[in-house]
Amino acid sequence: MSKTYFDETHCAIGHPKSTFWQWMLTIDHKRIGIMYAAVMFTFFFVAVLTALAMRFELYAPGAQYMDGDTFNQAFTLHGVIMVFLFIIPGIPAVFGNIVMPLMIGAKDVSFPRLNWFTFWLYIVGCLVALASLFNFNIQEGELLFNFADTGWTFYAPYSLNTGTNVITTLVAAFILGMASILTGLNFLVTIHRLRAPGMDFFKMPLFVWGIYATAWIQLLATPVVGITLILAMMEKFFGIGIFDPSKGGDPVLFQHLFWIYSHPAVYLMILPAFGIMSEIIPTFSRREVFGYRTIALSSASIAGIGYIVWGHHLFTSGMSDIAKTIFSFLTFFVAIPTGVKFYDWVATMYKGKIVLATPMLWALGTIVTFAIGGLTGVTIAMVGGDIHLQDTYYSVAHFHYAILGGVVFLLFAGLHYWFPLVTGKMYNETVAKLAFWMNFVGINLLWFPMFIAGYLGMPRRYFDYLPEFEIYHEVSFWGAIMLVSGLFIMFYNLIQGWRKGEAVGVNPWHATTLEWHMPTSPPPLENHTKVPYVDFNPYEYHHGEPVVKFDENMKRID
Amino acid sequence: MSHEYVPEIAVDREGKEHEVQGWQDDIYGGKLGFWLFMFTEVMMFGSMFLVLTYYFTLHHQDFLNASAGLNRTLGGTNTVVLLFSALTMGLGLLKMRAGDVKGAKLMIWATIFLALVFLGIKAVEWNAEIHHGIFLTLPALQAGNPDSLPFGQILFFGMYFTMTGLHGFHIIIGIGIMIWLLKRINAGKVRPDHHILHFNIALYWDLVHLIWVFVFPYFYMIGAGDIGGVAHGH
Repeated sequence: MSKTYFDETHCAIGHPKSTFWQWMLTIDHKRIGIMYAAVMFTFFFVAVLTALAMRFELYAPGAQYMDGDTFNQAFTLHGVIMVFLFIIPGIPAVFGNIVMPLMIGAKDVSFPRLNWFTFWLYIVGCLVALASLFNFNIQEGELLFNFADTGWTFYAPYSLNTGTNVITTLVAAFILGMASILTGLNFLVTIHRLRAPGMDFFKMPLFVWGIYATAWIQLLATPVVGITLILAMMEKFFGIGIFDPSKGGDPVLFQHLFWIYSHPAVYLMILPAFGIMSEIIPTFSRREVFGYRTIALSSASIAGIGYIVWGHHLFTSGMSDIAKTIFSFLTFFVAIPTGVKFYDWVATMYKGKIVLATPMLWALGTIVTFAIGGLTGVTIAMVGGDIHLQDTYYSVAHFHYAILGGVVFLLFAGLHYWFPLVTGKMYNETVAKLAFWMNFVGINLLWFPMFIAGYLGMPRRYFDYLPEFEIYHEVSFWGAIMLVSGLFIMFYNLIQGWRKGEAVGVNPWHATTLEWHMPTSPPPLENHTKVPYVDFNPYEYHHGEPVVKFDENMKRID
Repeated sequence: MSHEYVPEIAVDREGKEHEVQGWQDDIYGGKLGFWLFMFTEVMMFGSMFLVLTYYFTLHHQDFLNASAGLNRTLGGTNTVVLLFSALTMGLGLLKMRAGDVKGAKLMIWATIFLALVFLGIKAVEWNAEIHHGIFLTLPALQAGNPDSLPFGQILFFGMYFTMTGLHGFHIIIGIGIMIWLLKRINAGKVRPDHHILHFNIALYWDLVHLIWVFVFPYFYMIGAGDIGGVAHGH
């Protein structure tokens, strides 16, 4: 046959000659993952700069750079981009796509064309979200900034009454939700069907377990928020009354439906991040992971428990005391499997040969920041504490410690860990470590003062504040400057590394999982030369050296 | 232009050969994927039933009164039509499996026809309701004017039009994919030995009729009894 396999199958439509169209139409999971990363990090920086603008405004009491309405739109923009465009597609879209099929020895995901479609659905969602920023007035040639000012949660009834572009934003969130569902569906089928022969569920790398648990959340929770958004749109267009108290509707019902999805969604964010941690810790401790099964099953149980705790977002919205007590009690349960994971990771490092490379630094930093984020979460899961602390900077600080200090830090850890896999090159370690320390010190300077300010009563989402909170906002500001500088240094370093970094071999970290046994680096189309037979555990080390070795035809030679 | 897909062979250390499942020609993967997609539909309609149940508890009598006003003859006819369409769809799949492509196509056409009948009856019903002044955005379903219905009835009809509307949308999508299926059969892409698309569309249609089987009693039948001297029908 004259045609290569690439011509036949690796574009969704036709066989384009130009590199540009080959990328736009690609169904190769690695290329799709790289494109996700490019788009996501672009939006990430937009949201980061929006947040920095808010920090500028908050440096001193009173209005300096923006008025209250603009501030409301700014935090909504920050929230919508960060949640729906960045962190929900997040790790699954980037590393789930690039690494997961390599880890299980598959040639691609189960539905490569669906994967391509999903990516473009995500792009459409991004464009609709961008369109909702503005009001277009064709007659007068005006372009008015009119983004939703509801916060990313779109709480009824305010979201139904405000004159800003809430509907467009809801449509965007709905489309992005569909993309998320289809990603989850694709990964579930891939993990069930395309594992290499011999690889049962308990021989899968732990990142795949994280993706698997996440995919179930994407699949089963996202439709609930989808229909909630549709009901909100129906409400806005036709006034069906579901969330409108003037027709007997109940606005609190919106909060219930919203959090039935959006609480599992935070586990959707963190579970693949924990998966990255479970890859990095054994690799850089040169030791088999401690408690493989408990880590794997705790991912599954976090996903399960995550469904039945949403009520803790409504402690002050009007719920019966018995419901509050039950939801509070159930919420504590999440801490158990999470704690299991943390102890397993620490135990893995015990007596290991720890290599303090950049990915490991990020992972270790996360153990600190996520512990702060997680444990403060337990304090606001208590009904009594929550009455005092909810809607203050305390919960803002908790959320950012958990999501930035947990999910995003681990995303960066993964970015440094799999960078040589994706690019075949290495970044500058010294600069990368400097960037880590700036981020690590920055996040603590930025958010720790908020715990104190929130405890003392600084409410969230205000653009002005009493003079006694000024010191906390000033410290936060300098922390933000440090964090953002660290981010710029980090990305500059990675881009420089990609452009002119030193070429490294296929397995620079001495890792054991299958994605480090590619024939070339970066991996070729169609991945492994031959699919290996998997009769080994994912993290087998002996005296600090990987046990399992393959020849060029993926036959074991150890 | 497509290659015959040949599955790869992985060899273990004893030299035993194991067939590798590729993403190509993965019938079970296709079925699994579509079943998972059906779960999302269940969660979506399930959430709406949750909303419905909540308001049914809050505004019990209003719901019964509003339900009593729906036309059970037309709704019941539609239920039968949809059940029959599920039968024709299933028979079509059986014929496809048995190798009778012509019979399968006939059955798909019958299903499309029944789906159109369903939509027609639906249109007659909605038309009658609009005639009675009951439709989204009409004064009866808005608050604070002399024609306003009680709270519970506004909510009932709000959910009624949303859910039957969304169900109708699924019927329309179903007609679209059945026409696509017919084109694929004509093009020889769906054959008795390769009918995963037909299988999945039949699965979709089953779910669409199953949702109606829950929608019908919840909207039409709860007010059917002679409760509190409520008048029947229009």
